[in-house]
Amino acid sequence: MSNTDTTQPVLELRSVSKTYTVKQGMFGKPKPLKAINDVSISLKRGEVLGLVGESGCGKSTLAKILLGLEEPTKGEVRVDGEVIGATDRRTLARRIQPIFQDPYSSLNPRKSIEDIISLPLRVHSIGDSNTQDKAVREILDIVGLPQRVMRTYPSQMSGGQRQRVAIARALIMKPEIVICDEPTSALDVSVQSQILNLLNDLRAEFNLTYLFISHDLAVVEHLATRVAVMYLGRIVEESSVGGLFDTSGHPYTQALLKSVLTPEAGKGVPDTELGMEYPNPIAPPSGCHFHPRCPMAMTHCATVPPRPVPTPEGHVECHLFDTENGHDTGTPLMREGV
Amino acid sequence: MSDATTNMTSDPMLEAIVGPTPGQMLRKRIFGHQGLMIGVVVLGILVLVAIFAPLLAPHDPYAQSLMARMKPPVFLGGTWEHPLGTDHLGRDYLSRLIYGARVSLMIGVVAATISGVIGTAMGVAAGYFGGKVDAVVTYLINVRLAMPVVLVALAVVAILGGSLQVVIVVLGLLLWDRFAVVMRASTLQVRGREYVAAAKAVGCSTPRILMSEIMPNIANNLIVVMTLEMAHAILLEAALSFLGLGVQPPTPSWGLMVSEGKNMMLFEPWMVLIPGAVLFVLVLAINLMGDGLRDVTAPENRS
Repeated sequence: MSNTDTTQPVLELRSVSKTYTVKQGMFGKPKPLKAINDVSISLKRGEVLGLVGESGCGKSTLAKILLGLEEPTKGEVRVDGEVIGATDRRTLARRIQPIFQDPYSSLNPRKSIEDIISLPLRVHSIGDSNTQDKAVREILDIVGLPQRVMRTYPSQMSGGQRQRVAIARALIMKPEIVICDEPTSALDVSVQSQILNLLNDLRAEFNLTYLFISHDLAVVEHLATRVAVMYLGRIVEESSVGGLFDTSGHPYTQALLKSVLTPEAGKGVPDTELGMEYPNPIAPPSGCHFHPRCPMAMTHCATVPPRPVPTPEGHVECHLFDTENGHDTGTPLMREGV
Repeated sequence: MSDATTNMTSDPMLEAIVGPTPGQMLRKRIFGHQGLMIGVVVLGILVLVAIFAPLLAPHDPYAQSLMARMKPPVFLGGTWEHPLGTDHLGRDYLSRLIYGARVSLMIGVVAATISGVIGTAMGVAAGYFGGKVDAVVTYLINVRLAMPVVLVALAVVAILGGSLQVVIVVLGLLLWDRFAVVMRASTLQVRGREYVAAAKAVGCSTPRILMSEIMPNIANNLIVVMTLEMAHAILLEAALSFLGLGVQPPTPSWGLMVSEGKNMMLFEPWMVLIPGAVLFVLVLAINLMGDGLRDVTAPENRS
């Protein structure tokens, strides 16, 4: 193990794909649905990667694969350089823990807070009941909940308090990586910032690595160090937060940035210029999956899938930036396998 | 810990942990539900009667006395010697009723427990694992639903001979369908919740997830179905006994008492009405309790 090596990514996905087969009616042929299509990302220790995208783009499927709840169809997941399969759920559990979106459904309503938080310790038989009790009290302190909540039940708590309990459960085993699947989207706006600040403090305190999934760019900007933008199962742009928010490249990223609601009076609802609805992932558009909604689409966008173009901060998958293919010619280009 | 986190402990928003525990709320709802309380009290009385039958019965339920046949009950001009009269063999009707409660309750509880275990295992497995398991269980449920319970029970009892044990086992093996259907549906509902995913991500084994995450959240449905199936089993036993293919004489069973009284129905209607009425009260009490439990547990399930 190379824990001391700081350049080694703590979490790495190598060309991971997840394909579901979807049955269409009683006699219809089952069709493949590429929920995740050849995704590669890597996170260094202490980093926060924000993963943004519309509903249905594969964000949550990616989270499930990382948690070992789903097995990737292709590709591999590496933690500290070791390949992890879905079969090692128990070993994976000590290193990667989730914080889910909805704190109203992520806590078992029949269990006391103490039971919920200590579950990971009991499942992995860490310590006896005394040390477990102590650990629960410590973690409650860390996430900012009073000790007396131990005997209460989730239904007695507010959304923010519940999310703190979920955070406590995720952190009690001291994982290296935390997958935050839209941890604030179910909360009141006033509570959101509390939770985000808590997550930020905890990251600094325990040197945690976050994969922060969200559809809210403002939240990502607040917390993330790098951002990956996902569209129809592919990472279409990856960049540092500064790079993305200052000089975003991909037209889809630009559209997402435009869609952020601002409280300024008179601005109204922003027009994303995305026009038509999200495409059917069972039959994705040809060429560049984004071309039917792209305001800057060119003729060959409909036929040629774009390839990742390296940028100073990451990469972008768009013909606009692929100078080698000469997008200004407007002619479809024949590439290998197309 | 860090300053930032200790500050949050004093956050006034977090101090407000309000409301009673789910247990306290449940207790409050139970005692506030009239139908449920009536059902529980009546059923409780009948259970006590069944348990203390030897102390309560004024006579031996099997003792025949041909000298005192078909004595009418007190309210039809009988004596306090036999408050509810005697049957065609001179056996004390009240004593037989009291002992009959044992048979009815025993059949209800044991048969519903057997079918509850079968149906819950099948339903939870189908709902949780889905796919092929679900297909097989759904098929079995459909097969079972296509079989008329009374006819199958009649056939089996006719072959094996009627006795309390045979009736209990046959009913237990036949009445699991509603358990399976309800448990499957509730498991489907619960298994998609994020706390199940969280338990998986923590590394819980599948049996542990089923027992500590799924079961506690569907147990209320199980209890409701249990009461309804108890009533169902009790009625079926009475029907089978009435047809002569259930509990065999001289065992005191309410269904058998109705059957034995039916020849005299036109002349001594109380011989049918008394056991019929007790049966009605028992089943009504159980159903009231089941309905009440459903009402009482549903709101919490929703929240």
